[in-house]
Amino acid sequence: MPAQLQFRDVTLGYDRHPAVHHLSGEVTQGALLAVVGPNGAGKSTLFRGLVGILKPLAGSISLDGLDVRDIAYLPQSADIDRSFPISVFDFVSTGLWRTTGLFGGIGRPARDKIEQALSAVGLTGFENRGIGTLSGGQMQRMLFARLLLQDARVVVLDEPFNAIDAKTSADLLELVKRWHAEGRTVLAALHDMELVRAHFPETLLLAREPVAWGATAQALTAETLMEARRMCEAFDERAAACAADNLPSRAA
Amino acid sequence: MPYDTLIAPFTDFAFMRRALAAVIALSLGGAPIGVFLMLRRMSLVGDAMAHAILPGAAIGFLLSGLNLFAMTTGGLIAGFAVAILAGVVSRSTGLKEDASLATFYLTSLALGVTIVSIKGTNIDLLHVLFGNILAMDDQTLLVVAFNATITLLVLAVIYRPLVVESVDPLFLRTVSRAGGPAHLAFLALVVINLVNGFQALGTLLAVGLMILPAGIARFWSRDITGMICIAVVSAAVSGYAGLVLSFQTRIPSGPAIILVAAAIYVTSVLFGGVGGLVRQMFPGRHLEA
Repeated sequence: MPAQLQFRDVTLGYDRHPAVHHLSGEVTQGALLAVVGPNGAGKSTLFRGLVGILKPLAGSISLDGLDVRDIAYLPQSADIDRSFPISVFDFVSTGLWRTTGLFGGIGRPARDKIEQALSAVGLTGFENRGIGTLSGGQMQRMLFARLLLQDARVVVLDEPFNAIDAKTSADLLELVKRWHAEGRTVLAALHDMELVRAHFPETLLLAREPVAWGATAQALTAETLMEARRMCEAFDERAAACAADNLPSRAA
Repeated sequence: MPYDTLIAPFTDFAFMRRALAAVIALSLGGAPIGVFLMLRRMSLVGDAMAHAILPGAAIGFLLSGLNLFAMTTGGLIAGFAVAILAGVVSRSTGLKEDASLATFYLTSLALGVTIVSIKGTNIDLLHVLFGNILAMDDQTLLVVAFNATITLLVLAVIYRPLVVESVDPLFLRTVSRAGGPAHLAFLALVVINLVNGFQALGTLLAVGLMILPAGIARFWSRDITGMICIAVVSAAVSGYAGLVLSFQTRIPSGPAIILVAAAIYVTSVLFGGVGGLVRQMFPGRHLEA
């Protein structure tokens, strides 16, 4: 399988402080990769770099000819303004952005697609509800419906099952497996090790620096998990420039 | 007689007809912008911007007296400079826009009042601070109508990215680069409509015909399209009723318009179908499902 995503000694972070430090490796096309690690390990930062929201401090990420806009991204839902007066239907319809753009109308075929996506996540009947009235689980289902419509070759999920009940998690996991079966590349940041071991063939264990990356059984051992736990979360305000690369000059 | 009170002022006097046309144009352009200001939690940013246009308008006044065209041009230049600076600063540093604007608008207000005082009288100052829609000439009315038209056209272009950026900015950044330009265009529309309102309502009340109707709409609709329609209608009704009130009672036109809008706002807070107080106190029996 050819590589879909390549990380070349990439360092991502904020204000020159690395949150993901010197990550190298590649994700093959059609991979189902779990990204695991403690809070503050850099999982979300890695995804933000991947979808182009955050520029690398050093190194590069290559997407094998894909535009960052061909990646469907599920952020942690805290970033959504749930008080905004928009219906579930209209919100989900933004998943068709690549075909509708600024002015494209939403005709009969598009409406059918939206209905199908809502039905696939079990939200039929919620079309006209405001997004502010949804429960946490319904919100996540709605976001998955939008991902379905985005129909992207790469899907990046940031803690998709956080604070979600077992039934909803199981339903949404089925969608993830369906994407995998369709040959899409899926990356998901997860905390539930049982779920990762049961359903994700490949795992990247991250603790600001990559601890292990490979087949899940080998990546998640007692030793690697212990090593990840020892990660130091705090930024060192007086840290010197990283010796492994001449960071300031490469930051641009 | 209802006819004498409600309609005769407009059939008898050309300045009342021009004023009515102006408030309707202001409502069409300003109210939708006000709804977005409110939903993006920028209501007070609009107020700050209204003060920021004052030094520009005041320099226009200094150069050519109470010439609305010169004051409009000056206001537009000052407003755009502030809007773009504030937008660029907050986008590139992560500083909240209201924070960067707060010191700025106080400085602008002080500067503007100082510039007007150099040449003008207290009457001029009152005109600048509170406007005078009844003094509007044909040329100014055309400028106001033109600005409202531009607003609606540009809003149609940026509507989709503006909505998505308001509700889910990260998503927009992953699917489109339109977010940044749409935000800047929106700030430009805020300025255009403030300058428009400035003619009629003055620097202190210009934002009133944008924000109050948006606040009213919030109590009657859960949907952004509905909100925009309600905001436009309530702005136009406030404008008409305010003009009538002003004509019959000699209350200055700007404050009269804003007071009518405020009365509708209070009514909406009490009786509005979406979160109104009465509705909250007497919600009716709960439903089965």
